[in-house]
Amino acid sequence: MPPDQLSATFAALADPTRRAILARLATGEASVQELAEPFDISLPAVSRHLKVLEHAGLISRSRQAQWRPCRIEAAPLRTAQDWIAERQAAWEQNFDRLAAYLAGIPDPKDTGDQS
Amino acid sequence: MTMRSAQHATFTIERVFDAPVAKVYAAFATEQGKSRWFAGHGKWEPIERLFDFRVGGRERVKGKWTAGDVTDFDCTYRDIVPEQRIVYTYDLYHNGNKLSVSLATILFESRGNGTHLSVTEQGVFLDGYDDAGSRERGTRQLMEALAASLQSG
Repeated sequence: MPPDQLSATFAALADPTRRAILARLATGEASVQELAEPFDISLPAVSRHLKVLEHAGLISRSRQAQWRPCRIEAAPLRTAQDWIAERQAAWEQNFDRLAAYLAGIPDPKDTGDQS
Repeated sequence: MTMRSAQHATFTIERVFDAPVAKVYAAFATEQGKSRWFAGHGKWEPIERLFDFRVGGRERVKGKWTAGDVTDFDCTYRDIVPEQRIVYTYDLYHNGNKLSVSLATILFESRGNGTHLSVTEQGVFLDGYDDAGSRERGTRQLMEALAASLQSG
């Protein structure tokens, strides 16, 4: 993830209303009106929050439907960097178990369902 | 609507093991040895397991985690030089979605009484995550990253 993308992401998340909007969108698409409902703020204010989230790439807004539903976007959250980190972490864990196996030490985390 | 994407990534990790090459190699080359350490340990229920260690042979480790996620490692061995190197390609699936296609190279090198092992993976990471569960997971990970960065800051 490039640093500017990360900054935009974190800046967008620095506001509790925007985090609440994201939490709502994690359960499915919603219109601006639906997103505004739980908050005591105007529709234009909600729209401004949505613009920040959209700019950060955390949400997208459909141009097809007239009610322009908002949806959460995982792309900025899931990059090749995450893939590397996950695969490396998997190998580190494998190596720990391999070292223990080679040393003849039973792995306490191994519940035995694979052995 | 699925957003298609392909991102390339490469990494190498290395470690020295306190065991001779023959023993370390056997931990890769035999089903009994490999099952002791490779993937799917702990909170994991095996669904499918194949182990055919020869060039062109297939290895598969598919299972379900306690959380309900199903992961599937589907591998074909491409090159094997005993006690020197193993090259394989594999597809990695999460809940039936293909996450990545990778080329892995494992090199064994004698280092005194031990073994220096290096693993290099070159992969293409596909489509990000588009299903609701993964979106939620991605968001949660970001929230956790945020919390961690705030603590360390």
